[in-house]
Amino acid sequence: MSLQQFINEAISPWMQENGPDSDIVLSSRIRLARNFEQVPFPILANQEDLDHILDFFQQEYGQQSFGNYHQFELVRMNELPSIQKRVLVEKHLVSPHLVEHSNHGAALISKNEQVSVMVNEEDHIRIQLYFPGFQLEKALKQASEFDDWLEEKINYAFDEDRGYLTSCPTNVGTGMRASVMMHLPALVMTQQINRMIPAINQLGLVVRGIYGEGSEALGNIFQISNQITLGKSETDIVEDLKSVVQQLIEQERNARKRIMDQSGVQLEDKIFRSYGILSNSRIIESKEASKCLSDVRLGIDLGYIQRIPKTILNELMILTQPGFLQQYAQKNLSPEERDVLRASLIRERLKLENKYS
Amino acid sequence: MECQECHQRPATLHFTQVINGHKKEVHVCEKCAYEQGYMPQNSESFSLPNLLSGLFNFDSYPVSQSQDQTSSYEAPPKLQCEKCGLTYDEFTRIGKFGCAKCYKTFGEKLNPIFRRVHSGNSVHDGKVPKRMGGDIHVRKQIEEQRQKLNHLIRSEEFEEAAKVRDQIRMLEKQMKSEQGDGDQ
Repeated sequence: MSLQQFINEAISPWMQENGPDSDIVLSSRIRLARNFEQVPFPILANQEDLDHILDFFQQEYGQQSFGNYHQFELVRMNELPSIQKRVLVEKHLVSPHLVEHSNHGAALISKNEQVSVMVNEEDHIRIQLYFPGFQLEKALKQASEFDDWLEEKINYAFDEDRGYLTSCPTNVGTGMRASVMMHLPALVMTQQINRMIPAINQLGLVVRGIYGEGSEALGNIFQISNQITLGKSETDIVEDLKSVVQQLIEQERNARKRIMDQSGVQLEDKIFRSYGILSNSRIIESKEASKCLSDVRLGIDLGYIQRIPKTILNELMILTQPGFLQQYAQKNLSPEERDVLRASLIRERLKLENKYS
Repeated sequence: MECQECHQRPATLHFTQVINGHKKEVHVCEKCAYEQGYMPQNSESFSLPNLLSGLFNFDSYPVSQSQDQTSSYEAPPKLQCEKCGLTYDEFTRIGKFGCAKCYKTFGEKLNPIFRRVHSGNSVHDGKVPKRMGGDIHVRKQIEEQRQKLNHLIRSEEFEEAAKVRDQIRMLEKQMKSEQGDGDQ
């Protein structure tokens, strides 16, 4: 398969579009946790119950379509080879938890991969909906409509006082986690981010690395999401998150401008050195690749580098993960082999752009 | 850094072991940590729920401290969910509910927990399911209108208050007729 073809198949279609404020906000996501009223939560449910839920989803929603999201397909985790499961995790379509802990896990995924529903994860149902760029409200509206569509056929576990009942007490109430993925290189360079994270935490929001809980902020990508799900409406939660993200966008833009004004040549040098590493190295670890990709992406946003599309960061951050590399190679690879393939894939990808310019 | 056991996954747990005065650095992934016995099986020691369960335990703490060590775990009558069988003790240990019924079974005990986790909140103020929400929508509306009515009366805007009162009556009627439908 050619690289271009692989990329086209590997990257979710929605990811290739540019959304509002996409120089800083990579994507917006809404996740809703829901459960069946009568069935124990997956942690305690018996196999029969969980199988029953899977069959229900297969029958009611497999090959169905909702709005613009075309067809849904139910993918059962126990039927997938491990590399493919890993690829789904790297695409953020399913969680590591679904892959590792559940023999009865499945994902209902829309054809354009904008909507995915994890079935039998920690909760029976976890709806996820993505939009490119900063579009939280739109994501909330669509997620809620999708939720209504599911609710036509499912009796949700709901309590007037406690709201949507979930397995973990941290999700009860709205069951909603709204999050935004942001690229904040200038706030990291100026070390402002260290001061901002505690302040953001105090507002009931959490800042994490790209792959969620416990992960590092690889490539200066941060995920900001709400912590509180009880006692506030969905709209209020999204409003709060929105206002913090707006401030971060503004601060990041200011910081970028300041660095350009004060040390433009040094910045340009840093960016082009990273570009040099990416286009020439023969062995590259994911940490270094993420760092360099972040620099190049900044270079594109600031106009230093032209002819390369912005989406290349999102694309390569995902493509150079272990699962994708192994899928590209069509075999299991040792970490050393992955570092070599990663370097060659990045080089080829950059060449691909130059060829068309 | 890769896991020193499987050499496949990245090492996510880093710690120093001291055995007979010999120090040893250990870098492993979570899976190998369980498998090689670095961490007790079926406990997610570093997970969020586990940290949470630390928070929940404040409830049973005074009991175990006031008694002698051997009998500390037998004490009070067991609170157990009749649907899924989860006990309150287990809940505080794993930090997860077993089913929707647990919320009722553990009832008021949960308020302090929710308040800790959700910045002082313990009552839902968001979306209500359309179909199975039943008359909750109407009841919420009535509640809101009543508050509005009180406010209007206090500020002596009686004309407006009368309108709101009529609206409340209409909503109450609507609720009654819906309940009637449900009984049939």
